[in-house]
Amino acid sequence: MATIKELSRKPELLTGGHRLCAGCGASIAVRQVLLGANDQVIAGSATGCLEVSTTPYPFSAWKIPFIHNAFENSAATMSGVEAAYQSLVRRGKIEKKMKFVAFGGDGGTYDIGLQSLSGAMERGHDMVYVCYDNGAYMNTGIQRSGSTPFGAATTTSPAGKVRPGKPQQRKDLTQIMAAHDIPYVAQASISHWKDLVKKAEKAFSVDGPAFINVMAPCPRGWRTPNEMTIEISKIAVQTGFWPLYEVEDGEWKLNFKPKELKPITDFLKPQGRFRHLFKPGNEHLLETAQAEIDKNWSRLKKRCGVE
Amino acid sequence: MKWNIKDAEHWSWKKYPEGALILEGGNATYYKTGGWRTDKPAWDEKKCTQCLICWISCPDSSIIVKDEKWDSFDYDHCKGCGICAKVCPADAISMHPEGGEE
Amino acid sequence: MAKTATKQKIVAMTGNAGCALAMKQINPDVVAAYPITPQTTIVEEFANYVANGVVDTEYINVESEHSAMSACIGASAAGARVMTSTSSQGLALMWEELSIASSLRLPIVMQTVNRALSGPINIHCDHSDSMGARDMGWIHLFAETAQEAYDNTIMAIKIAEHKDVRLPVMSMHDGFITSHAIDRFEVLDDADVKKFVGDYMPKHSLLYNPNEPVTFGPFAMPAFYYEQRKQLRVAIDGSKDIVMKVTDDFAKLSGRQYGLFEEYRLDDADVAIVVLGSTAGTTRYVIDAMRAQGVKVGMLKLRVFRPFPAEEIAQALSKLKAVGVMDRSDTVGTLGGPVYVETKAALYNSKQRPAMQGYVYGLGGRDTGPDQIETVIGDLVKVVKGEESPREAVTLLGVKE
Ligand code: SF4
Ligand code: SF4
Repeated sequence: MATIKELSRKPELLTGGHRLCAGCGASIAVRQVLLGANDQVIAGSATGCLEVSTTPYPFSAWKIPFIHNAFENSAATMSGVEAAYQSLVRRGKIEKKMKFVAFGGDGGTYDIGLQSLSGAMERGHDMVYVCYDNGAYMNTGIQRSGSTPFGAATTTSPAGKVRPGKPQQRKDLTQIMAAHDIPYVAQASISHWKDLVKKAEKAFSVDGPAFINVMAPCPRGWRTPNEMTIEISKIAVQTGFWPLYEVEDGEWKLNFKPKELKPITDFLKPQGRFRHLFKPGNEHLLETAQAEIDKNWSRLKKRCGVE
Repeated sequence: MKWNIKDAEHWSWKKYPEGALILEGGNATYYKTGGWRTDKPAWDEKKCTQCLICWISCPDSSIIVKDEKWDSFDYDHCKGCGICAKVCPADAISMHPEGGEE
Repeated sequence: MAKTATKQKIVAMTGNAGCALAMKQINPDVVAAYPITPQTTIVEEFANYVANGVVDTEYINVESEHSAMSACIGASAAGARVMTSTSSQGLALMWEELSIASSLRLPIVMQTVNRALSGPINIHCDHSDSMGARDMGWIHLFAETAQEAYDNTIMAIKIAEHKDVRLPVMSMHDGFITSHAIDRFEVLDDADVKKFVGDYMPKHSLLYNPNEPVTFGPFAMPAFYYEQRKQLRVAIDGSKDIVMKVTDDFAKLSGRQYGLFEEYRLDDADVAIVVLGSTAGTTRYVIDAMRAQGVKVGMLKLRVFRPFPAEEIAQALSKLKAVGVMDRSDTVGTLGGPVYVETKAALYNSKQRPAMQGYVYGLGGRDTGPDQIETVIGDLVKVVKGEESPREAVTLLGVKE
């Protein structure tokens, strides 16, 4: 992989002037993913913060061809673009080598767009799907999603007198995608840019579908200071909330192996959405959160053949 | 290609491209988000080690690198989030209230 | 039949097979489709063409109709010539995508094999599926026969892609009645179809000129949205002329001349039936029989439902005394079926206008025999004679009371 200095010579494919909030993790994710591409890229996005903020008519932050269709169909839409490419190349109408990437938030990916994503991956389109995961429907004002962590307060899972935030655990989308047995699946974080860019590069280079789930915090929804976006992503990795791993042709590999995980409270504490968990009497909720992390971490290590 | 969008919000319906296409990719740069800032980043050349971690961590593509070297902030678009200051391992970037002394 | 301009082959096949054949002859760049009764045999037949290398289309076997239309939108924006096909629930599932396709001005052609919408679930013909999607900015063509379904499919490509149209087209034929019955009709040579539809090159696309990147599907705030809708209205209104231009060009090639609608024995008629789809055949038969008994009755068979040819319809019907409009779908909670409501509205400002009555028939595949058409004509004659005043409420033909 190129060094950061070499990467800095690449053209900026997502310009400034978009309307994402200060400190948004989504555009950091997009920039790092696009740095992994070495050919012409065609991009698309599901409805969501990224799409709304990067294409408010008549402005577009995309210096590459871009398409937004709707919320639940970023993958299906891009599968059509890729199919058109295959056809037009075969018919001699296009020669240039191109790669295809569809972005979606966790709402558009874990939830409403899961069928479309699953279908596109199963069909084997030569495309990359990137979920920028910020753990809620942030665009519509912080509603819970299948990716929202246990205990998080959102506007549809508020911390109330009888319900302390989201009662369910997260769905493990990365493993669902790994079960599709596609050439490449990875989980990455904007805090580990080298790992992320390398994963993007792999994803773009495989012949067939690839999926990357990227930790991309939302300061507004997480109730964290703007400058903390990268740092909290790093803590997510260090606590085992967001393990970095990849599944390459069925081979599971853990990319970050701390001797000991930091306690999950390190991840929860700085975030306003978990504040209620730290009230006296809620200790059991923190224990539940920790137990879930421990369980998932040991399962993942086993899968990756670690220990 | 440069697509002239001057007064676009007052155009007749006839003037818009068919299908609401945006004909110039990346023209968001004409929109200045620098005004959103409350804090402004400042860079200390002496401390900078040229690791470029600030550049790869900026959500607004607002750190300009030229020939592999830290060059400047794009204050037209920098929203002052402070991520660059926070991630800099050399403490070479500091945040200051907008409009104050630098 | 008029003398044909080119040699054609007479085939005996179902309407669906005819549509699949037209698709084969068009050999689109991309097809994304999901099977649903009664459309299924179109996508199966086309899959055979793909499997045997008869076409080199990129055929996407999507996992739902929503994804079918989503992929069609992606492929069309990419710059490809794109086709698909559906029915009923499939069209309903696509609903969200239909207005996105038209607002992005993507010339996707979709054969829609009309089937009743659930519920209760039913697989047989009525027009509630496509009528439910009548205001989505698509051009709607209706076929009476397999011949028309085949012909419309070919014309739809030219209409959709015309630089002054650039809109998606839905080409309808009746589920089972037309889709599955074997009919005898003429088909063009592959080479003639290829030449007729020509090559497709969009002005803007994702793939052809990536160095000058365009953004499809932006977020439009109130300052911009309304003008886009105005553009859409102007485009679909204006498409009427292009539909006719393509229709006339097709007539030169095939010898089969169609119009926005067909007027059958309307010249000297006192009463008439407005109808679309396969029931026009039964209606024609009944008209001939009743004409023999001296009843001056005619028919207006709609082919182009969107854009709705209001002016032309008003002109064709204004001189009549009574008109019955037959809808194979109901718009419950209002005055009657959509064809009725719109035909009536089209005539409202005419100086001269007939009495009008609305009829709903054949929902969920209920048989519509000559007796029902006779009933309608009988009703209209009574109105003309002053024996009955025009009914305000819509009449549901063939329902068990
Ligand atoms: S992160 Fe700090 S040291 Fe590294 S390039 Fe930026 S300013 Fe210089
Ligand atoms: S303050 Fe934020 S937006 Fe401005 S340069 Fe630093 S990271 Fe980029």
